[in-house]
Amino acid sequence: MGELAAFTILALVTLIPAVVVVTSKNIVRSALSLIPTFLGVTGIYIMLSAEFVAGIQVLIYAGAITVLILFVIMLTEGGSGVRVRQVNEQVPLGATAAVWLGFLILLVIFRTPWPAAPAAQPQYSAATIGNAFLTDYVLVFEATSLVLLVSLIGAIIIARREA
Amino acid sequence: MDWLIEILKAIGLALVVFTYLAVVGAMLGVYMERKISGWIQARLGPKHVGPQGLLQTIADTVKLLQKEHITPRNADAAIFNTAPIIVAVAGLLDWIVIPFGKLGDRVLVVRDLNIGVLYFAAMASLTVVGILAGGWSSNNKYALLGGLRSASQMISYEIPLALGILWVAMVTGTLSTVGIVEAQVGSGSWAVLDWFVFQWFPFGFIAFLIFLVAATAEVNRVPFDLPEAESELVAGYFAEYTGMRFALFQLGEYAEAFAMAALATIMFLGGWLEPGLPAILWLFLAIGAVAAAAFIMFSGARQSLVVRPILILSLITAAVGVIMFFGVNAGRSPVLPSPVWFLVKMFALVFFLMWMRWTYPRLRLDQLLGFSWKALLPVGLVNLLITALYMLVRR
Amino acid sequence: MPKVLVDWLYVGVFVVVGIIMAALPLAVVWLLAPRMDQPQKTLTYESGVIPFGQAWAQFNVRYYLFALVFVVFDVEVIYLYPWAIVFRQLGWFAFVEMLIFLSILLVGLAYAWRKGALEWT
Repeated sequence: MGELAAFTILALVTLIPAVVVVTSKNIVRSALSLIPTFLGVTGIYIMLSAEFVAGIQVLIYAGAITVLILFVIMLTEGGSGVRVRQVNEQVPLGATAAVWLGFLILLVIFRTPWPAAPAAQPQYSAATIGNAFLTDYVLVFEATSLVLLVSLIGAIIIARREA
Repeated sequence: MDWLIEILKAIGLALVVFTYLAVVGAMLGVYMERKISGWIQARLGPKHVGPQGLLQTIADTVKLLQKEHITPRNADAAIFNTAPIIVAVAGLLDWIVIPFGKLGDRVLVVRDLNIGVLYFAAMASLTVVGILAGGWSSNNKYALLGGLRSASQMISYEIPLALGILWVAMVTGTLSTVGIVEAQVGSGSWAVLDWFVFQWFPFGFIAFLIFLVAATAEVNRVPFDLPEAESELVAGYFAEYTGMRFALFQLGEYAEAFAMAALATIMFLGGWLEPGLPAILWLFLAIGAVAAAAFIMFSGARQSLVVRPILILSLITAAVGVIMFFGVNAGRSPVLPSPVWFLVKMFALVFFLMWMRWTYPRLRLDQLLGFSWKALLPVGLVNLLITALYMLVRR
Repeated sequence: MPKVLVDWLYVGVFVVVGIIMAALPLAVVWLLAPRMDQPQKTLTYESGVIPFGQAWAQFNVRYYLFALVFVVFDVEVIYLYPWAIVFRQLGWFAFVEMLIFLSILLVGLAYAWRKGALEWT
């Protein structure tokens, strides 16, 4: 009962601003509406007892990515885009993709034999994640730093050319 | 039904913490700031409302409540009105993981989250969004510049801040704030040396300095107060805000400044733990404080306005020294209740921040950002790695 | 209820109560404060002169560069958290791994430094 109520509230917190994100005519409002969406997702992580992931979600998405998006908007031409209308020229294509994706998700939901009793939740604590990174997934872990390096260098090259 | 009880308890605690922030964080904070700035500039500061002007901020709040809310007609009204609330709520949320002390076996903390310090960093990063939203929505050049500067400053110093937190997490192996304080419990008469400022000297001290500098920048205080630079940007991101909405920004800012001081206390200064020193040192401290007070009273320094707070401070120090001397000798432990120690340490750090504010000039933006990326970040990383190496070698 | 859920229930309640408590004084102001509409009053403040143009204009790309470097290093810090917690148990192995991880990123920092991405001018 409590769980269902919590999930419903979180789903609304996630989805209503998400609709604003795609429909708002003001691009800064779209960007700011991302925050409640991210926070709603954080809540869902917490319902899965994934505290550490939830903390990352707030720190990276709500705190860092949103700021990056806002900065990007503010340095684009046409100002901070108040008068810029979001015109999607690919509505038919997008709608087709959305319907197809929705169909797939529904298919998976109905085709999966859900276990009647919930299994024990895996531990998503920071210690477990750290152990996994440093023992089983060492290569992935080190590759991540390469990905970060490449993204940093790429970003600087692109931005320097424009500056 | 147990979740209903928990919700009611949570509402009660939220009201308590919010009131605490409004009274101690904002009102006392503003009062302290004005009084200290007065003393440092050889003025008296607020003096007429209540004893020594203590009620001045309450009077100001009542005044602010009656002020008209002006929304500039070019502003984006919805975001303009939401931004101060985001900042204030983010300031409040920081306090959930701050333990105030220990009564018996109960730790006085709202909730001891497993990811305590990470949670703190995440909530602190939310403030940036509120400030950026407020600066942008005002549609004012000063406000937008202030907001952008503030955001770039806060994100630049978030990394060193996290490095300071990480140092403690690495040494203790936990992210819980209560766990971190408990890892600093020492034994014997020099228990104070187990606090992380002193433990593994000088690495702990370096981490403490990095954290303190980053925290000062995070809460936009001098010498890192460019976003609010009165002389060039009027008031920065809240230039257009009037009345209570302006007060909410202030509340959020002071709540955050106090929270940073509280977290520094918890991570490096032993939180609610009593500084364990040999009894004789406490006696020396008391004698020294009395001697300083006597020197001021019987020399020409008496004429100066700045003297009075120093006298008060030395008298308090003397009293604490004497109490601690007899307490330690009587074998009591702890001598003073733990919340007292926590508040003493926190206010000492807040005082330090205010002292800095009224003593140092402001940095330029390029110096400010360069300092974070070129000095604090490399030093923080190297400090982390060397400490790790040291821990391995010593094991 | 598991501890984690109770913990975050408190956080959720704090958010709601915080918003209400922060909005309450605004409601009081709405009741108490005077309201007089004058065209000059709602003008954007620009040191007393009539505002020139909009504030919503294009901004310097510098800000964006700092934000980019920040996001990369913020992600890096996220990887440091789990490492810091398990470091004591894993010992040398974890240390060497993190040394490699950080060295690669420090190359990135050095690159950004050399290329002047950390300069303001």
